[in-house]
Amino acid sequence: MADTGVVEALLRLVEKADDGVDSVQVASRLGVDHQVVVGAVKSLQALGDVISADLCSSKHWELTEEGTEIAEQGSHEARVFSSIPLEGLVQSELMKLSFGKIGFSKAMSNKWIRVDKTHEGGPRIFRTVDSIVDQVQEKLLLLQKGSGSELEEKEKNELKKRKLLSEVTVKSYWITKGSSFSTTITKQETELTPEMMANGSWKEKKFKPYNFEAMGVAPDSGHLHPLMKVRTQFRQIFLEMGFTEMPTNNFIESSFWNFDSLFQPQQHPARDQHDTFFLSDPALAHEFPQEYLQRVKKVHSEGGFGSQGYKYDWKIEEAQKNILRTHTTAVSARMLYKLAQQKFTPVKYFSIDRVFRNETLDATHLAEFHQIEGVVADYGLTLGDLMGILHQFFTKLGLKKWVEVGNSGIFRPEMLLPMGLPEGVSVIAWGLSLERPTMIKYGINNIRELVGHKVNLQMVYDSPICRLDS
Amino acid sequence: MPTVGVNRDLLFRALGRTYTDEEFDELCFEFGLELDEITSEKELISKEQGDSKASGASDVILYKIDVPANRYDLLCLEGLVRGLQVFKNKLDAPRYTRVSPVSGQPQRLIITKETAAVRPHAVAAVLRNITFTQERYDSFIELQEKLHQNICRKRSLVAIGTHDLDTISGPFTYTAKPPGDICFKPLNQTKEYTATQLMSLYKSDSHLKHYLHIIEDKPVYPIIYDSNGIVLSMPPIINGDHTKITLKTKNVFIECTATDLTKAKIVLDMMVTMFSQYCSKPFTVEEAEVVCPDGRICTYPELAYRKERLSSEFINHKVGINESTENIAQLLTRMCLLSRATGVGDEIEVEIPPTRSDVIHACDIMEDAAIAYGFNNITRTTPRTYTVANQFPLNKLTELLRQDLAAAGFTEALNFALCSQEDIGDKLGKKISETRAVHISNPKTAEFQVARTTLLPGLLKTIAANRKMPLPLKLFEISDVVLKDDTKDVGARNSRRFCAVYYNKSPGFEVIHGLLDRAMQLLEVKSARGDGYHIQAADDSTFFPGRCAEVFVHGKSVGRLGVLHPDVINRFELTMPCSALEIDIEPFLGHTAETLLTHDVPMQEVVRHKFPTLHEPPQALVSHPASTKTIFGDMSTSVGLKALNDFLADKSYIEGFAASQADTAVFDAIPSAPSSNLCHLMRWYNHIQSFLRERPSLPLAKGQFVLPSTPPPSSNANDNDDDFDLFGSDDEEESEEAARIKEQRLAEYAAKKSKKPALIAKSSILLDVKPWDDETDMAKLEECVRSVTMDGLLWGQSKLVPVGYGIKKLQIGCVVEDDKVGTDLLEEAITAFEEYVQSVDVAAFNKI
Repeated sequence: MADTGVVEALLRLVEKADDGVDSVQVASRLGVDHQVVVGAVKSLQALGDVISADLCSSKHWELTEEGTEIAEQGSHEARVFSSIPLEGLVQSELMKLSFGKIGFSKAMSNKWIRVDKTHEGGPRIFRTVDSIVDQVQEKLLLLQKGSGSELEEKEKNELKKRKLLSEVTVKSYWITKGSSFSTTITKQETELTPEMMANGSWKEKKFKPYNFEAMGVAPDSGHLHPLMKVRTQFRQIFLEMGFTEMPTNNFIESSFWNFDSLFQPQQHPARDQHDTFFLSDPALAHEFPQEYLQRVKKVHSEGGFGSQGYKYDWKIEEAQKNILRTHTTAVSARMLYKLAQQKFTPVKYFSIDRVFRNETLDATHLAEFHQIEGVVADYGLTLGDLMGILHQFFTKLGLKKWVEVGNSGIFRPEMLLPMGLPEGVSVIAWGLSLERPTMIKYGINNIRELVGHKVNLQMVYDSPICRLDS
Repeated sequence: MPTVGVNRDLLFRALGRTYTDEEFDELCFEFGLELDEITSEKELISKEQGDSKASGASDVILYKIDVPANRYDLLCLEGLVRGLQVFKNKLDAPRYTRVSPVSGQPQRLIITKETAAVRPHAVAAVLRNITFTQERYDSFIELQEKLHQNICRKRSLVAIGTHDLDTISGPFTYTAKPPGDICFKPLNQTKEYTATQLMSLYKSDSHLKHYLHIIEDKPVYPIIYDSNGIVLSMPPIINGDHTKITLKTKNVFIECTATDLTKAKIVLDMMVTMFSQYCSKPFTVEEAEVVCPDGRICTYPELAYRKERLSSEFINHKVGINESTENIAQLLTRMCLLSRATGVGDEIEVEIPPTRSDVIHACDIMEDAAIAYGFNNITRTTPRTYTVANQFPLNKLTELLRQDLAAAGFTEALNFALCSQEDIGDKLGKKISETRAVHISNPKTAEFQVARTTLLPGLLKTIAANRKMPLPLKLFEISDVVLKDDTKDVGARNSRRFCAVYYNKSPGFEVIHGLLDRAMQLLEVKSARGDGYHIQAADDSTFFPGRCAEVFVHGKSVGRLGVLHPDVINRFELTMPCSALEIDIEPFLGHTAETLLTHDVPMQEVVRHKFPTLHEPPQALVSHPASTKTIFGDMSTSVGLKALNDFLADKSYIEGFAASQADTAVFDAIPSAPSSNLCHLMRWYNHIQSFLRERPSLPLAKGQFVLPSTPPPSSNANDNDDDFDLFGSDDEEESEEAARIKEQRLAEYAAKKSKKPALIAKSSILLDVKPWDDETDMAKLEECVRSVTMDGLLWGQSKLVPVGYGIKKLQIGCVVEDDKVGTDLLEEAITAFEEYVQSVDVAAFNKI
């Protein structure tokens, strides 16, 4: 709030002036800085239509520091002239004076002085005229008195070029009475206080209006990661559909569960060094359900269970190799095998967890990502059931074009029957990555901005809640 | 999925018509393929190498088509066209035949025992009187390349060599020799090289260098000679120049050498079935003999046709459609699987041609039927699988904790599970050998050397990457680390951790400590030594000396917190003090840490399954039921079975959500396995059948579902009704007074009951009566239904319910006396009005 004294004085001045006052003049009349008056104008404006103030700007000339010095003591050249006695002055002596250098060249060009270079004892300077008129000083004095209008623009510019003069723009207000002008103003309160509430003074007070254009203060809070927010929603969808979550907290898997149990042949390219991370320590898995392993071996190498098999030499050494799992289906295989070791009951399983691929990395591919997987096992499931359940799932996601984002299918009998699942049981399954829908949802183009330490924390702070179907 | 690029115009010429891009895309989809890209050679080159290189290239439009990985018969233009033409019914699938040479003996390839050390198998065949054009030749070469990349696994399993037979003379010898002893002029070279020289020559060959490793370190290299010592090829690297095929070549000798004989046979079959099309006698292939080191003589190509028999019901059931046997046979025939209905029931005989090595199980035939039927024509259905969802307890705890840690002002980070050894070792002031880290043997960069053993490095790197953000930075992560663990089958396990860091101008130990206190509060662990949690000074090289404490919960250490060592902070390129907390959260699972939900599998099988190693006789017949009468009707009639089928359409069991003796009782009432068109009944029947062994241990039935075969005296009918004592008291020491009151009440009750007339058991039934079509007079139908009169039958309200296509069914209610009117009787009476009624179903059945 501006100084109330100034505010009141300003209002009195405005009251007296019929057609208004200029804020600069007010400042000089009140003997305060112009900014103080501007502050008073602003605070009055905030009160409503007490005054009206139009911004106007005016230009005037002002002497620079050097200009002020010249106005007092004469121009450099005049001072040079006057410091040269009739018998002349050694040039080097002159140059020692503060104004010597500039004044000398200017006086030379005005032809007030001359140099005798041949003089014994070094070059010496002599007056060439008897007297001079110091026009520069005269002009500056005129300007200082405020009578600059007598000078021509050209002359002013000349002085400006010599940095003796500068043009100053003054922004000021032209202040007139407003529609609700009054010389007495009540001070506005900024905020409601407990005291006001206690003594009821808030009833009489006027309150300063809020600026509703401004942003509020950001709350001091923590934030959840957007990918994890999307994960939560996917879990929710599966739970709504009656799916039980699989324990996928085993990143290290044997090739047996990751590939062989799924009836993936041992020469499959996915089992290449180029696609899968193998372990050097612990390099091998050491324990398998032996009876089951024998059945898996048989179905690969000889067939059976209605299958021709792949007819190749299945090696336990290949199955033992430990890897970072390349899909969560390895866990699904374990769960289905466990299911087959009990009385069969229909199940619906899901998981969302990390999987690993030793792939070439780019803007959309990382060596690890999250796989979403759904599995249904029951008697007599059909392709129509698979398509129906996928439709339901993707409808919950709010995705229309779901073909592009994932894979789905019915597990082969060569996978299920060796596990010991009953003949009539079918298992349908589908999977997709968590990252891709998240990137689409949050409009992220580079996966590194989303996952890993290069994440943009500001993005995390700013990301909205995740509603997949909206 | 391999992608096959074919010249569009050639393709259309071969297909005998043109398509728009959209039409062709649609055709591909119908056939189970995907038109991936429409491009040209020019476009491809300019995309890969820049416009300048592409200037001279061809503008001919190429279709890039994605082909399923195991459909080797679609990897070339010839196969694609053949497949599509058969699919569109424009062509019958050709019959591939192996023939003997017109004159003389078959060509012979003799394998010597030396090959056993490097590449033991070989097969061969001859294409006689073939006519090449430039396009056919290109396709011939391209198919070899595609096979090499796919089924041949980059030539490691199988390598193909094709030769101009007229430049050589058999018998041929496939042997193996030390590289120094092999010398020949390889394809497209001008001079002879020894094998050793060749290997170094091809080191810089962008194409061939990828195959050198297959034999490089072997003492002997495989090599094929003709009878004059001319080199045909040095598989799997290069052919000899002498036998090179040109456009003028008439007779082609094809050999495939392999480490996998099955695949070699498939590859040879694929080559000859695809290109025998251009022989003077199309689709005939001249045989060749291969003499094995043990003297056995095998004749190739096998070109084996295999026959499978399956039922149309199997296909209908697996796909979820209802097509006639003949239709299904036609669908399969369109997929190049020549099929016919055998006339025995719904049996179909399917012939699998040598081109379809991918068909190894009936389920592959089912898939082809589904493709031919059209996936988009299959009705989407909802599995009726009823299950109760459970969360994995550890994930449930994680989810709940994350929410509240964010509410505590910390922001969640998400870091990689893989990192460098340095991240978890040197940078934290630890020795990598002292961590229990698992190591990756084939990382492409240092970023993936180990699986993390702690979440801390990831959080510190996240801060380093976000130094521009305003302080303080407060981050947390709940995620898994991996530790070696000998007790696990794979020798390692995950451990779920909670880690948090505070990064600011002051270390803020109190902030991190406060977060620990809050976390413990959330986990309902009080601050106390012994049965709560406490922290205790500890030494740890990651932390600033004297500023580290160990967290104990119920006396066990679960993690650490403290101010990080300045060296550690600096190594992560940070400049401010930082405090951190990391604890294991699995100890907080409490009673939810069920062993049930784990990926650990039993190593010994307890349940003895019958596996079809021998041909099993069908399940022993269930003894004939004492009574076939159930509340669903008579199980010996199709009406009764249908009613049960409808009842089971949305239920898994007769009663409640688990198998009980109610199921086995009804099961026993069914005289023989139901027919497969009653799919819900079938599913339930199979399911209950699997319980037969443990049926005595199943829960007792709550209601009576099977009715005695002879109606019992009516006075007994209600005996059980009041017997349930759900809230029976266990208290045996009843006071005398209480006993007396009870006795009195019982007496009163008995008296009251005896006064009531004997109740007659009645049921309210809702019937669905379906007409034949939309033109059936429904008023007349209803009239007919209501004309059925029986003693103990009272008709109720009715309404018409639309079922689709303008057809409406009559839904009519009635009340029956159980002893006098059975649903089967009723349905029989109604279905007797044959001209109006197609079927009658029990929609609802309630005892009154």
